[in-house]
Amino acid sequence: MSNRLIVLAIIMVMLGTMLAGCGGSASQEQVMRLYMGAEPETLDPDKATGVPDANYLQAMFEGLTEMDGEGLIVPAAAEKWEVSPDGLKYTFHLRANKWSNGDPVTARDFEYAWKRLLNPATASTYAYMLFSLKGAEAYNSGKGSADAVGVKALDDNTLEVTFEKPTAYFLALCTHQSTYPVNQKVVEANGDKWAGEVSTLVGNGPFKVTEWVHNGKLVMVKNDQYRDKDKVKLARIEWILIEESGTALSMFENNQLEYVWEPPMAEVERLKKENKLQLSKLFGSYYYEFNTKKAPFDNPKVRRALALAVDREAIAKNVLHDVHKPADAWVPYGFTNPITKQDFREEGGALFQTNVEEAKKLLAEAGYPDGQGMPPITLLYNTNENHKAIAEAVQEMWKKNIGVNVELVNQEWKVYLASRKSGDFQLARAGWNGDYADPMSFGDYLLTNGGNNWGRYGNPVYDKLIETAQNTNDQAVRMQAMHDADKVAIEDMAVLPIYFYTEWYCLSPKVKGLIYPATGVLNLKYVLIQN
Amino acid sequence: MLSYTLKRILNAVVVLWFVITITFFLMHAIPGGPFTGEKNLPPAVMKNIEERYKLNDPLWKQYTDYMVNLGHLDLGPSFKYQGRSVNNIIAEGFPVSFQLGMNSIVLAVVLGIPAGVISALKRNKWQDRTIMFLTTLGVAVPSFVLAAALIHVFAIKLSLLPAAMWSGWKFQILPSVALAGMPTSYIARLTRSSMLDVLGQDYIKTAKAKGVAQYVIMYRHALKNGLIPVVTYIGPMAAGILTGSFVIETLFAIPGLGRHFVTSIYNRDYTVILGVTIFYSFLVVALNMLVDLIYPLLDPRIKLGGKQEG
Repeated sequence: MSNRLIVLAIIMVMLGTMLAGCGGSASQEQVMRLYMGAEPETLDPDKATGVPDANYLQAMFEGLTEMDGEGLIVPAAAEKWEVSPDGLKYTFHLRANKWSNGDPVTARDFEYAWKRLLNPATASTYAYMLFSLKGAEAYNSGKGSADAVGVKALDDNTLEVTFEKPTAYFLALCTHQSTYPVNQKVVEANGDKWAGEVSTLVGNGPFKVTEWVHNGKLVMVKNDQYRDKDKVKLARIEWILIEESGTALSMFENNQLEYVWEPPMAEVERLKKENKLQLSKLFGSYYYEFNTKKAPFDNPKVRRALALAVDREAIAKNVLHDVHKPADAWVPYGFTNPITKQDFREEGGALFQTNVEEAKKLLAEAGYPDGQGMPPITLLYNTNENHKAIAEAVQEMWKKNIGVNVELVNQEWKVYLASRKSGDFQLARAGWNGDYADPMSFGDYLLTNGGNNWGRYGNPVYDKLIETAQNTNDQAVRMQAMHDADKVAIEDMAVLPIYFYTEWYCLSPKVKGLIYPATGVLNLKYVLIQN
Repeated sequence: MLSYTLKRILNAVVVLWFVITITFFLMHAIPGGPFTGEKNLPPAVMKNIEERYKLNDPLWKQYTDYMVNLGHLDLGPSFKYQGRSVNNIIAEGFPVSFQLGMNSIVLAVVLGIPAGVISALKRNKWQDRTIMFLTTLGVAVPSFVLAAALIHVFAIKLSLLPAAMWSGWKFQILPSVALAGMPTSYIARLTRSSMLDVLGQDYIKTAKAKGVAQYVIMYRHALKNGLIPVVTYIGPMAAGILTGSFVIETLFAIPGLGRHFVTSIYNRDYTVILGVTIFYSFLVVALNMLVDLIYPLLDPRIKLGGKQEG
């Protein structure tokens, strides 16, 4: 089946929707209906990995901390905490709260959940989120024991966490679903099945699941046991679980939905004109990864030349409809510097500009004047219309600006991932999203031995700066070191940044009080429906 | 009849075994696995996952384990949807796809066969031309274009029917029609050509010469024989339609089985790929067998067991 034909068909549906316009239904009911992607893979916080799942879980659970509208970390399940002077011990004091089945939420539930996450038998993908805890990695690799893991409930309301080394971003980690508590009694009584049945899906958050129709909808209602229930205005949330965002958009435009996540790119221009599109920060980056172990990309001059010859502004405008921002550094927007309260990227500013003359000069210095003598280059991307459009634009720019010819190759998603992982590429499209709200979630990516650094970039200067940031709790020192590292990465052009992701979505004007942090996980707790 | 049926069943088991084996090894040969993600996992984490899902066993062991479980009709757990079994996924998706498919098959047969008969009787008259024009369109236009047009007209312009989702008879109309378009047209064309073929036969001329009434000729003599190619077509078509259509189910957001044929491969969800393949193959084989058993009822010249009489 041709994707293009499907897109065409969907466009036809969209056009129809546009012509028909939308009639208003004036209801004050506190119900919000959302499209946030397909069927959850699981609603077990210790196992969930996808963006949709993280969103469903955020409504059902509460971590120790959460993110506010400004991108700052604020108390949630924990009321306050103390950090030891060496930064190796955190003591959290929990607020009194109840599970949706009425059981009290205790520090023991957190301890249990974290140890369950790390238990090798759970086989959790996100186990590594807690690897900075004492004994955590050893336990997960089957070498240590659960008792040696640095998390302990001192009493019902006090949780003590100890670390191998300072983890200044730990409070940001505590917003992530993998750190949510689970109800020990319920999980132990039901085993892994607890997260599959509505009756045992017990949470400590503002909403609880009442109905789950696979590939249909997930219904939640206000959790009356929740500690802060007076602040919760929504009576009911309905998530529709479908594959096609175009279908969701039709439903939105027929007033069947209040929120649509990432509507089709082909619709973006029209939605902008009709004032239906909203944007918010997201810490993600789209870039081309150089295989720095193979000629010609082992030469930083070649990498730099190629980067300077790409007009990223033009791509953002013509291909991305100004939804995403042109990237001019490695670390994207969305991280707040806790000292200055400013966005880390805005603080750092643009670290490189398009400069064709300079690119030509660098290329000549590298021994390829006007692209002469350049070995054949292929650019690998996973099969997708948007990636193709960007790759073609870049191909054209390199040809025109610096005389470099590139062949485009596309592969199906998992084949492409396998190629990248095995280093079987020269130049590959790539994307990265931070797991937590700290620039370190990008910083450690480019470490010489970084687990995701498939281009095998390495620079001891860069490693040293990141190490400095990793080994201190002094935020001023950390932030400075990461800014410096960012500059080194761009000086070397470790990767070729193309654009910074922005979250794009449709939201009904009736919805007030939605918090949309750059983690891409909606906070629906304070939402009010108002005409 | 009995020995023929037994032979066919034995045959079917061998066919299914081939399908399972080929699918099993082909799917493991594609690069990437169910837990290949953009984020590279620490080795310890990956090892735990592989251990849990027995992905680090040698392939032959995974294969024999799978076959043993299959012997107990256990299709295994899904890798992607944690905590759900493939049996459960099929049990939830198939009834929806079956309902949708049945609607479409009934529509296709009820509309297609009479249209074909009318076309054959009124050959080259305006009725024939109209039907042939519409059915050419029906065969050529892909189901998703028809679906989009139907949504546009009936859901958005006229607001008569819902545009998507699946929760009541109203939700079934548009997808059923969209799915029926192609088979209806195909059945009409098939019926027409085979009716024309049959109407030229000597025994029809004889019947006519004897003064048998037109409708008796049509019903008793022509249609029965004329329907054989149609029945042949309906068997495998039914298997295809009943197990769901990826495109229609996606466009109308229907929670059927069809989506899993495609998404399971993207996800490398090995057990789901095998499960739906086995299920589909079983239906195709079973329905084909059923069709073969129906033949002799339609045409006495066809005898089961191979021997044919002139």
